[in-house]
Amino acid sequence: MLKVNGEQRKFKDGQNIADLIKECGYDKDFIVVEVNLEIIPKGKYRERPLNDGDEVEILRFMGGG
Amino acid sequence: MENKIENNDKLIIAGRSFNSRFILGSGKYSLTLIKAAVENAGAEIITLALRRADAKDKDNIMNYIPKNVTVLPNTSGARTADEAVRIARLSRELGMGDFVKIEVIRDSKYLFPDNGETVKATEILAKEGFVVMPYMFPDLNAARALADAGAACVMPLAAPIGSNKGLCARDFIKILIDEIDLPIIVDAGIGRPSQACEVMETGAAAVMANTAIATAGDVPLMARAFRLAVEAGRAAYISGLGRISDEAAASSPLTGFLRNE
Repeated sequence: MLKVNGEQRKFKDGQNIADLIKECGYDKDFIVVEVNLEIIPKGKYRERPLNDGDEVEILRFMGGG
Repeated sequence: MENKIENNDKLIIAGRSFNSRFILGSGKYSLTLIKAAVENAGAEIITLALRRADAKDKDNIMNYIPKNVTVLPNTSGARTADEAVRIARLSRELGMGDFVKIEVIRDSKYLFPDNGETVKATEILAKEGFVVMPYMFPDLNAARALADAGAACVMPLAAPIGSNKGLCARDFIKILIDEIDLPIIVDAGIGRPSQACEVMETGAAAVMANTAIATAGDVPLMARAFRLAVEAGRAAYISGLGRISDEAAASSPLTGFLRNE
């Protein structure tokens, strides 16, 4: 299991971040991804495999002061 | 005079130059009003917050912000310096530049910024090349520490965030304007254009507002009112205010009256 934005989520062996983003339906142009507190640069999503227990944060800008 | 102000009087933050001295916060609006607010405010800097993305929400605030506007991500939600640093780094990864407004808040009733943690975060991020704009409680010692830590400006609150209570901290902000050799950008609590004008008259470099506009009856019109107020206050500051006298001083000539003395 992964934890994605605080919620448990199943994943397939060998899945990488690019796969996860696509499966969830995020627009990659507007997000930043962090795995276990490490920022994953946009160009590295395919290279970063996901592992059991990974904590993934997928973030974007919203209105705020 | 108007041209002189428009052409020569720039807001300079870390060597970057802006014509507008009004920074707009983007919280609490419907997305369709953001663009009108930015345009009517004449804002060239807008703040944003970083939050968990919802894949179901396809609309994006970035589509409503004009391309010439500088994005100023805030670190809202941070309770410690480390959390602010984490949010700042994540925000920079979104590719909208290296400006960051540091906000470290632990107090949930008044949302007062924690100056000590803010200084720590400023020091770390300035070393990493960020243009650090720290939101702070107007305290001279803390402002000096922020300047030493590499802040690009200092952003003292006027009143609690979102309160629209105005210049509760007027005298302390004035001390920062007088003593700190960085732009003083008054942030938080300003509720009326007249308050923005007043603080600009006293020499603030810029004003930031969000709730005052977002909760106004007519958002674009209030955005315009703030733009005009900030410009008026700046022009008055550059001019120098007229003197104050304890007694009346006639404005019209005291000779040539239509009567025989």
